[in-house]
Amino acid sequence: MGNQQLINFTTCFHCGESCAIEILPYDHHSFCCKGCLTVYQLLSDNNLCSYYNLENAPGTQQLHPVLSSSYSYLDDEKIIQQLLTYKDENIARVIFFIPTMHCSSCIWLLEHIYKLDGGVTGARVQFMKKELHISYNPRQTSLRKIVTLLSRLGYEPAISLNDLEKRVQKDDNRKLIYQIGVAGFCFGNIMLISFPEYFGLDSFTKGSFSKLFGYINLILSLPVFFFSARDYFIAAWKGIRSKFISIDIPLALGILVMFVRSTYEVVSGHGIGWFDTHAGLVFFLLIGKWFQQKTFDTLSFERDYKSYFPIAVTVLRDNSETTLPVTSLSIGDRILIRNNELIPADAILLKGDAHIDFSFVTGESDPMHKVLGEIIYAGGRQIGHTIELEVCKKVSQSYLTQLWNNEAFSKDQRSSIESFQQLVSRYFTLALLIIAFASAGWWLVMAPSLALNAFTAVLIIACPCALALSSPFALGTAMRILGKHQFYIKSPQVIEQLAHMDTIVFDKTGTLTQPSAASIHFHGKELSLVEKKLIASLVSQSIHPLSQKIKSFLVQSNLLSVSTLKETTGKGLSGTVDNHSISIGSAAFLNIPQAADDNLSTKVYIDIDNNLLGYFQVDHTYRKGLKEVTDLLRPTYEQYLLSGDNEKEKEKLIPYFKEENRLFFKQSPADKLFFIQQLQSTNKHVIMIGDGLNDAGALRAANVGISITESTSHFSPASDVIMSASMFDKLPTYLAFSKNTLKVIHASFIISLMYNIVGLSFAVQGTLSPLFAAILMPLSSVTVIVFTTISTTLLSRKGGLQ
Amino acid sequence: MSVMFILIGCSLLLALGFLSAFIWSVKSGQMDDDYTPSVRILFDDAPQSETPSDVTSLPKT
Repeated sequence: MGNQQLINFTTCFHCGESCAIEILPYDHHSFCCKGCLTVYQLLSDNNLCSYYNLENAPGTQQLHPVLSSSYSYLDDEKIIQQLLTYKDENIARVIFFIPTMHCSSCIWLLEHIYKLDGGVTGARVQFMKKELHISYNPRQTSLRKIVTLLSRLGYEPAISLNDLEKRVQKDDNRKLIYQIGVAGFCFGNIMLISFPEYFGLDSFTKGSFSKLFGYINLILSLPVFFFSARDYFIAAWKGIRSKFISIDIPLALGILVMFVRSTYEVVSGHGIGWFDTHAGLVFFLLIGKWFQQKTFDTLSFERDYKSYFPIAVTVLRDNSETTLPVTSLSIGDRILIRNNELIPADAILLKGDAHIDFSFVTGESDPMHKVLGEIIYAGGRQIGHTIELEVCKKVSQSYLTQLWNNEAFSKDQRSSIESFQQLVSRYFTLALLIIAFASAGWWLVMAPSLALNAFTAVLIIACPCALALSSPFALGTAMRILGKHQFYIKSPQVIEQLAHMDTIVFDKTGTLTQPSAASIHFHGKELSLVEKKLIASLVSQSIHPLSQKIKSFLVQSNLLSVSTLKETTGKGLSGTVDNHSISIGSAAFLNIPQAADDNLSTKVYIDIDNNLLGYFQVDHTYRKGLKEVTDLLRPTYEQYLLSGDNEKEKEKLIPYFKEENRLFFKQSPADKLFFIQQLQSTNKHVIMIGDGLNDAGALRAANVGISITESTSHFSPASDVIMSASMFDKLPTYLAFSKNTLKVIHASFIISLMYNIVGLSFAVQGTLSPLFAAILMPLSSVTVIVFTTISTTLLSRKGGLQ
Repeated sequence: MSVMFILIGCSLLLALGFLSAFIWSVKSGQMDDDYTPSVRILFDDAPQSETPSDVTSLPKT
């Protein structure tokens, strides 16, 4: 019995977790659980042990065995059809999203999956997207077999309703790469061919080449103008039609004028034109666009309840169990929900002992006990034995999913705050047009032959290339830096939005509290090893979260068998272990008088052979650094707290929020949404920070919604930012950094404006040469790119983000 | 100097060749994933492995 301390130092060969509960030796390695051992056996039998050579302990812990019935819905032909990307008689292709994929061993094993299932003909991993592309022979294996195999190995594919409803492949990215490639190709060749002109070399050959070079340049510019630059014309045209002046209008105007004037010059034999500047401008602009387009592929910012809900559910029909897709569930269907399964639609409890964990929906952290005949809302997770329910509302009509019918979800989220670039480009465009027409007018009076020349030169040189580049590069750099610190931003514009916020609303459960790490202490006489073992043996029989917490607190192996066991729902459990009668539970359960102030924390009393030994006190812990975060944010932001929980923690939270009227309890998901909208109607710019489906409405309605998650591979509701919970204490740093980024943008606008003024001063005099433009344009662009990238990086260092 | 015409033609043809190589590489999905291939190239096949089946036939998406 004295070797328990040693055991804790042994780590599992498969998953690297410490073997706290049991230790299974096999093949000179130790394993922490049966699941890990099974995976190892499977791999070693198939000669796949290279898996363990590439990385140390690459697996994921396999505490819960995969039930063979879990994926029976994958036999349904209709569901298969919707999941496959391609199918004929001999080959079927499917793409799985595998959240647990994390290292090179994973890639290796997943790509060698054909060794475990002969029907698989090819497997390819796209690591950044955490995707596995599989092609298989449907006559030799089935989708269900493959998914079950993957799950057994610890790589459970995430299959959700969302996958069934839409499968959109993003091809935008490829198109942009084509455009950049074409523009870069043309830019380089045009520069090369323009060289003789730059250096006046053509005078040696008496101009015989100049015409040829002009025409080659014209031909090379065609793909730039018609293919690479087309999106700018489309955007500008859309802007004009909706009477919205964006930076695309002066850009498109500049590109158009440059192309038309150069074509005219070449065809009429007046000169060689501005094709080099034209191609270079488009090339740089596209690079900026590409830089800004960096997205976090593995994260989805658009998830709604559909990706949280299961894809299929067990339905009882004519006394036999079948699986039905959740979407075709109708009122009156009888469904079976097993331990840890989700209830997909509002339903009435018919049979069984229901303990429903609604933490994700309401924020209430303790499981609720439901009696027969009661309505159970969708989104709850059953903990305990299988229950039988009758569906009383369709999935899309249920209490929870109705939140998505709110207009906050239907409106297109056009940001409420105008970005700095939009603001500037409006005045810029106006000023540009005035200068262009004014100089044309001046020259019409003074020297009419120069008027058109000056007019087009103004439009060409003022084309706000550097201006258009400063925002993408500053925001793109900031986004990368924040992403490195697990603060993932949906689009670069969100950083600018963040800089303007003045109010922060927190959710409580899961956001300020740490769901997994409730702190637990024992009060009373110190427990002996025997007593610890007795208690651990008893609580290991219960699946109540409190029992689980006590069990992991005690850390015992070689548990004893329990001879009698009685669990009283919501109160406690009693039983006989090794001839000792033990009762564990609430004060009421053990008939102990309870003090009045006891509702701040949960206490679990222990009684062995009618001796009261003491109690375990379970407190919710707040996230590390909560005090510092609220203190640092207080001067700049108004802070509120919304909780779905009851008021028992109010006293504890007041020190963090100072004023009592900033705390709101028992808030339904719709209340939260309404609260945000009310704040906004008083001209507040609101950040909402939440984690669960119950915050989905508020996250959506807020100007910036930040969803906080323990692991980025887990579900997180639709939001603008996904933030790793471990970085919660860095929140003030991130917000300050977003403000600094905005300052960088302001500074770079000034730089690019100065370039424009220099260029314009030549243009209005009608003395702008193509060579000058060809130097000035790339120079200004490069200056702005270098300035924004370097200063944003420096500011992040200064702010403590490396 | 008329050799210049041929030279320019050659250089443009060569450049077009590179452009088409680039377009082909994008089309075949080489720009879609810039991380996994860097890891994949380091994998060794186990010495006693049987004939590897056709893992290179990619599902094109």
